[in-house]
Amino acid sequence: MGTHNINFSEQFEFTGKVKTLSIVGIALGIAAVAYGFLAGDKVMHERTFANLLLMAYYFACVCMSGTFFLAVQYVAQAGWSASILRVPQAMAKTLPIAAVILVVIISAGLYTHNLYHHWHADGLTDPNSANYDSIIAGKSVFLNVPFFLGRQVVFLGIYSIFSIMFVKFSYNEDLAGGLNAYRKSFKNACIFLVIYGFTTPIFAFDTVMSLEAHWFSTMFGWYNFAAMWVSSLATIAIILILLRRAGYMQWVNNSHLHNLGQFIFGFSIFWTYVWFAQFLLIYYANMPEETVYFYKRFEYYKFWFFLNLAMNFLAPVLLLMDRDNKRTDAKLLFVSIVVLLGHWVDYYQMIMPGAVEEGHNGFGIIEIGTALGFVGLFTFTVLTSLSKKPLIAKNHPLLQESLHHQL
Amino acid sequence: MSDIKYILGSFGDPDEMMHGIEKLQENNISIHDVYTPMPIHGIEAKLGIKRSRIDIAAFCFGITGTCCAFALIYFCAVIDWRVNIGGKPSFALPDFIPIMFELTVLFCAFGMVLTYYASTHLFPGRAPRVMDLRATDDRFVIAVDAKDNVEHTVIDGLLKDAGALEIKYNERKYISYE
Repeated sequence: MGTHNINFSEQFEFTGKVKTLSIVGIALGIAAVAYGFLAGDKVMHERTFANLLLMAYYFACVCMSGTFFLAVQYVAQAGWSASILRVPQAMAKTLPIAAVILVVIISAGLYTHNLYHHWHADGLTDPNSANYDSIIAGKSVFLNVPFFLGRQVVFLGIYSIFSIMFVKFSYNEDLAGGLNAYRKSFKNACIFLVIYGFTTPIFAFDTVMSLEAHWFSTMFGWYNFAAMWVSSLATIAIILILLRRAGYMQWVNNSHLHNLGQFIFGFSIFWTYVWFAQFLLIYYANMPEETVYFYKRFEYYKFWFFLNLAMNFLAPVLLLMDRDNKRTDAKLLFVSIVVLLGHWVDYYQMIMPGAVEEGHNGFGIIEIGTALGFVGLFTFTVLTSLSKKPLIAKNHPLLQESLHHQL
Repeated sequence: MSDIKYILGSFGDPDEMMHGIEKLQENNISIHDVYTPMPIHGIEAKLGIKRSRIDIAAFCFGITGTCCAFALIYFCAVIDWRVNIGGKPSFALPDFIPIMFELTVLFCAFGMVLTYYASTHLFPGRAPRVMDLRATDDRFVIAVDAKDNVEHTVIDGLLKDAGALEIKYNERKYISYE
């Protein structure tokens, strides 16, 4: 297509069916959570909290990986993505909201003893108590409530501040032009990537791995990083394809989709690599304190265990291997949705065995309702911030490279 | 009938060369090939070159590697010499996967390199075949088959119009480093 007829002030209008549906989704989510809290007993409360944690974590991870995407593009000085940056920027702008929701859910679960009760209960660290647990006591220097919540707030706060900065630089660039904003974004992206690289594993250890505080795996952080990054890439691809179908962003061509498809393909394999690296070492060493993790998942979550591999490894590898499939928007959309659902399954069997008592897990109204609620919330918040500014960063110095992108 | 086999239009600028390709194509003159010192975006589509099939070759080599690795470990660990490792069964598939993966990558990489060398005649002992030496340096060269396209003056004119710095007539297809 020609690049001379681009409307550089094209803006997304967030109205109509999408807006209604996203609000319906939020309402369904609230209804499902209310049902979980009002209708159920203690076990049901735990399950509801586990679902809230799952979706809030997913929501925050997708948004902060949007920031990571921005930072990677700036540090790599990548030109191809310059015209699609408004989508990850909208996700980055949503991160503060997601962060607040996650911290609220974590604190609520922690103080009501519905989440993290494995390391947060009376007498766990008191040698004279009947509840005394020497392993937890040994870890209590790190796993204690003030330090735990402090880490959550500091990490999510840092990510949010950088997110807001990147978005602000880009908006300033729209007004002022020049290279100033780009240089500042580059510098801050370098700092952000270092911080992000060192803190996301700890963030994952805290939020998810500490649900089963006896068990530990140093691969867990990278495993989670791979999951959040690939699900965020799938989200970006879905948003771009749907926007293009709705008549917006006509400058996004098949080569941009090809690049995103390559990213999803590559990082799905990376996810499998890390998942398998964690599994194989535990399987091979066969130490009881480590195998307990996979024992639980294999005994009580066998279906999910294999579904996870099928959706997150087999589907993207087989369907995105071919060049033409990455360039066809219907196929890329399909794979992206599979990967996104697949990582819900991934988080489900990371979180549920530790948070819900054996035999009380399930898949029903609460799971579907909470997921729909957060999808609605994500759609609503991200599309609202997307509709605030033009869909193209018109003064991005590498914009022409992106508009003429061809693979 | 002259001995000229190829007419080479040598350009100093890639855009002028692309323009030259368009001119020749407009006049239904088939282009034998184009030689450039650097990759040029969109030139494959313009010349109608089919997509490389090296990915298919890569897949075949990769699958061969996977099968070889599986056969090797299965023979060693299950048939020929069973060893009790941590009480695990001899045929424990997760243990096989890293080796299968590595041999897939190895076969795939070597296979692709060899395929590439074979198809471009770059193997050792083979003198490189070039139509114009400066196409490896600073010139963008369009080669037209002189036997198929008889009106040489027309071709010359078109190339000159498009900005060719030099027109050469090759009596042999390739000149090589001698």
